[in-house]
Amino acid sequence: MVRAVSAAETAATTYAWAIHAEALRVRAGRRMAVDGLDLSMDTGVHGLLGPNGAGKTTLVRSIATVLRPAGGTLTILGEKVNGRIDLRALRRQIGYLPQEFGYYRRFTVREFIEYIAWLKEMPAAETPAAVQRAIERVGLTDRADDRMKTLSGGMVRRAGIAQAIVNDPRILLLDEPTAGLDPDQRLQFRALLRDLGTDTCVVVSTHLVEDVAAACTDVVLIDAGRLVHQGVPADLAAAAGQDSGAGDSAAERGYSAILRRHRETQS
Amino acid sequence: MNLSNHVTTAALERYATGGAGIGADALWAVEVHLDSCAPCRERLGDAVARHSPETVSLLALVQANLASEVARSPRMHSRRLPRRISRWAPPGLWPRLAMTLLVLAAALGLDLAASSQAFPSLVLLVAPVAPLLGVAAVWSVGLDPAHELVVASPRAGLNMVLRRTLAVLIVVIPALTVAGWLAGESPARWLLPCLAFTAGALAFGELIGLRWAAAALALLWTAGVITPSVLAARTPVLLEPASLPYWAGLIAVIAVALVLRRDAYTGLRSSTWFVR
Repeated sequence: MVRAVSAAETAATTYAWAIHAEALRVRAGRRMAVDGLDLSMDTGVHGLLGPNGAGKTTLVRSIATVLRPAGGTLTILGEKVNGRIDLRALRRQIGYLPQEFGYYRRFTVREFIEYIAWLKEMPAAETPAAVQRAIERVGLTDRADDRMKTLSGGMVRRAGIAQAIVNDPRILLLDEPTAGLDPDQRLQFRALLRDLGTDTCVVVSTHLVEDVAAACTDVVLIDAGRLVHQGVPADLAAAAGQDSGAGDSAAERGYSAILRRHRETQS
Repeated sequence: MNLSNHVTTAALERYATGGAGIGADALWAVEVHLDSCAPCRERLGDAVARHSPETVSLLALVQANLASEVARSPRMHSRRLPRRISRWAPPGLWPRLAMTLLVLAAALGLDLAASSQAFPSLVLLVAPVAPLLGVAAVWSVGLDPAHELVVASPRAGLNMVLRRTLAVLIVVIPALTVAGWLAGESPARWLLPCLAFTAGALAFGELIGLRWAAAALALLWTAGVITPSVLAARTPVLLEPASLPYWAGLIAVIAVALVLRRDAYTGLRSSTWFVR
């Protein structure tokens, strides 16, 4: 079934970037995990790379509007989220898969995603069809009426992706979505990402450089809360050059080479 | 029925058997009319049944095939109770509510066993903090597995917190009323303190997190009121009817504070959402 397109969706956008950060600072506990980040992202699949503790999760959480910026500006879909604004309209257009995806074990996949659709204030009449569509897109149709606790780790992850896309978001935030997926499922996931990236701003935070090289249209590399590099995936391979950085593929070597050069200039 | 405004029977019969012998313009007119005219569609059904046995058998085949497909595909709807209730109470709440009822039953048991008039009623002493066990689970990372999803959703906020708190009160207050009635205590004595502690936990929770706020208030009441009252064997002055106006005033103050800082419930606890 083709979903109805609302007037709000076809209206011309009045902003240049889906996500725009200037000198963004976000605190995680006592630490300033994102510290002076400048970043612009629009429609497409953006791979967010960086070492552990680089501030990837904090950045994704701040775009999901659950962490408020401590400084700088963050503009999402043309709305500045620093001030005291009504987040409801903005959040309806965001899909979010947290790093620790928690779920209700006794719910079936369909019940859980319907619950999330309700949380996202979707119209009750559209919900069953939207839930079915999301389940089909992640390939869980045959398990839709099984309880969440009977699913394998990879299936839970896919259910997590389904709940994120159920409201057809304009901004889709996936924090470590490929953890627990087997190689075949990862290939399917990359195809889904490419499909979503045609009309959505997808931000995928990951450790896996090859996922980014294969499925992303844009690479964002951050370290210690700052932007290190932004460019197309081919840049990563090119950056490797004759540099003998650590890594098995050209993209991995490029990743470690860029990171090392950045750290050398910082120190 | 005025037939001059409708498709003639002859045209309908020709249409039903495949449209041979009708001009393209007349065919178009018949279809446009059928689109908007239920009586003519019904006549068309009769015409098909009488004049076109192959169409009838085709439709029967389609119906049989579809029926088996529909039976195999997953059901769109399974209206089950948990889904409805989950909109009011997160699944993690049930064990805590059960524990609350157990505590009340234990207090009531001690009251009935003691049955001396001098000793203060334990049900009355426990009543103000009874909802806190459930309230702690309403909005906390550790007790709601999908907490981060809930917090990031458009519905997150004070409304959602109050909705879930109501679910707790709907279970706890009737239980307290029954226990209080059996122990011989009127609801008038404990209802306002009970609401004040619930609202206080929610307001305090905006600062330090609901789980810690509920724990701190319950501890404070236990150490400051329950223990001395049991040791001195007298009903505390805070639960005397004379102090009810103060409780009402306290609830009003707390309600204002609760609304002023409501933004705290739209962000994660690790944030400094409310520090400006």
